Amino acid sequence: MTIDVAREPGQHMALSARGVQMEYRDRQTGHRLLALERVDLDIPDGAFVSLLGPSGCGKSTFLKIVNGLILATAGEIKLHRVAKGREDAMVFQDAALFPWYSVVDNVAYGLVCAGVSRKEARSRAVPYIDLVGLKGFADKYPYQLSGGMQQRANLARALAVDSAILLMDEPFASLDAQTRELMQAELLRIWTAARKTVLFVTHQIDEAVFLSDRVVVMAARPGRVIADIAIDLPRPRSLEMKQTPEFARYEAQIWKLIAHQQPSDTAPVP
Amino acid sequence: MTVATSPAFRTIHPRVRKPRPALMRWYRRNERVVLSVAGVVLFFVVWEIGSAAGFVDKFFFSSPSAIATAGASEVTKARFWDDVRITALELVVGTGASVVLAVPLGIFIGWYRRLSLTFDPWLNFFNALPRVALVPLVVLWFGLDWNMKAVVVFLGGFFAIILPTVEGVRTVERHLLDVSRSFRASSRLIFTSLVIPGTLPFIVSGLRIAVGRVLAGVVIGEFYAQTQGIGVMIYKAEASLQSDRMLFGVLIFTVLGIVLYESVGAAERYFQRWRPVREDEA
Repeated sequence: MTIDVAREPGQHMALSARGVQMEYRDRQTGHRLLALERVDLDIPDGAFVSLLGPSGCGKSTFLKIVNGLILATAGEIKLHRVAKGREDAMVFQDAALFPWYSVVDNVAYGLVCAGVSRKEARSRAVPYIDLVGLKGFADKYPYQLSGGMQQRANLARALAVDSAILLMDEPFASLDAQTRELMQAELLRIWTAARKTVLFVTHQIDEAVFLSDRVVVMAARPGRVIADIAIDLPRPRSLEMKQTPEFARYEAQIWKLIAHQQPSDTAPVP
Repeated sequence: MTVATSPAFRTIHPRVRKPRPALMRWYRRNERVVLSVAGVVLFFVVWEIGSAAGFVDKFFFSSPSAIATAGASEVTKARFWDDVRITALELVVGTGASVVLAVPLGIFIGWYRRLSLTFDPWLNFFNALPRVALVPLVVLWFGLDWNMKAVVVFLGGFFAIILPTVEGVRTVERHLLDVSRSFRASSRLIFTSLVIPGTLPFIVSGLRIAVGRVLAGVVIGEFYAQTQGIGVMIYKAEASLQSDRMLFGVLIFTVLGIVLYESVGAAERYFQRWRPVREDEA
C-alpha cells in the first residue's frame, strides 16, 4: 500500500486510487473480511464527489485510508501535490472539536499541527471562521454551540489548513433534518468560495445528489463500487432544486441500485 | 368574549407577582448562605447553652467557649507554633511529592498499554492495602522524625492520584486522537492538546480523594510517632484529659481540610472553564 503524491504538473486528478483493498482478519475466527475490494476512483481537481452506500460498505474506511489514519492492505492512492500546505484535510463525523479549546483555537488546530505558531494560526483561522458563518463566536467553547455550529467549526478547521482536497465523513449525519438541509446549502456556498476538491461520504441519497458532480455508489460485503453516476444538474444549486423531477429521477436511479443489494448485507463490517 | 366567560371553560390566568418586602427579597437572594450560617451558629449555641445548663457533659465534650479559650492560650505558646510548622512541613512535602510523582508517572503508565498492563496489579495491590498497616514498617525505615510522617502522607496521596490519572489517560477520546493524527500532530502536541487536558478532570478527582488521605496520613503518623505536630498535641491533651485542647486540635485539622478541598475546587473551576456549569454547582 502506498499513498503517492503526484509530482507531474498538468495531471488534473486531485485524487487517483487504484485497486485499493482493505482486509481484516477476525481475531476470534481467523476469517478474512474484505472491507474494501479493488476500489478504483479518480477525482478531478475542483470536483465534488460523493461516496454513497449503506453502513458497512467501507466508504468511511476508504476516506480514512486517503487521510492516512489507516493503511490499506493493497493498492495505491495518488494525491495531487500542492505547492504549500497539506494535500488533504478531514471533516469528521461527530464534530470532534476539542472541548477545552475555544472555536478559534479549534479552527487553528490544524495549522498548529503543521508547525505554525499559535498566534499566527489564530489570526489565519479568523477568515475561515467568518467564511463558515461563525463570526462573533470565535471565543465560545464547543458546548456553547449548537450541533450545526459545531459542524461549521469542524469544517472551518479543515478549510484553514488550505488543503487541495477536503475529505468529509458524513459531517451532517447527526444533525436534525432542517439543520442538515441548511448546512448542505451552506456547504455549496463555501465550496464555491473556497474552490476545493471534495470527497464527501454519506448514506443519504438526496444529500449526495444535491451536493455532487458525481455520486459513486458502493455496496457492502465486500465493500465495492457498483456505480459512478454523473449528476448533470445546473449550479449554483438551491434547496428548491430537490423538488424538481430531474432531481427525483437521480434519486430514484440511485435508490434502485442500492435496493438491488441484499438488505441483509447492511450489518457493519468490524 | 363569550368563550372566556362561558361556564364550559376554565380560564388559566398568568401568575401575578406581588411585590415582596425588601428583607424578604434579600433573604431569597442569599438563602444559601443564610441557612448554612444559621445551621453552624445554631449548633454552637445549643452546645454552649447545653454545657452551661449541664445537659452536655463539659468533661467529655467541652464547650465552644472553652475551646476558644484553650485556642487563645495555645496560640501564644512557641511549642504550638513548632507543632504547626512540623505538621505543615509533613503535609507539604508528603503531598507535594505524591502529586509531583503520581501525575507524570500516571500519564506515562496510562499512555503505554503494555506498561499499564504490567503495573496494574501493583497499583491495585497498594490501593487495596490498608496503608495504616504499613506505618510501623515506615517507622522502621525512616525513624520517628518528620520525614517518616511525610512518607505516610505520601503513601496516602500517591495512590489516590495515580489510579485515576492512569484511567484518565487510558480513556482519552478516540475520535479526538483521530483528529490529532489526521492533522499530523507531533507527539508533544498530542500530549499538550489532548492527553493532559483530557486527563485533568481525572487528576482533580484523584486530588479530592487525596485530601482526605493525606490528612488521615499525617494524623496517624503523628499519633504513632508521638514526637511533634498537631496530632501529638491532640494525643497529649488526651493524656491530661483536656477535651477543649483536643477539640481545638481537631478544629485545626478540619479547617485545614476545608482549605484543601476548596483549593482543589478552585483549581478545578479554573482548569475546566470549558465545561458547562451544571445546575447543582451553580
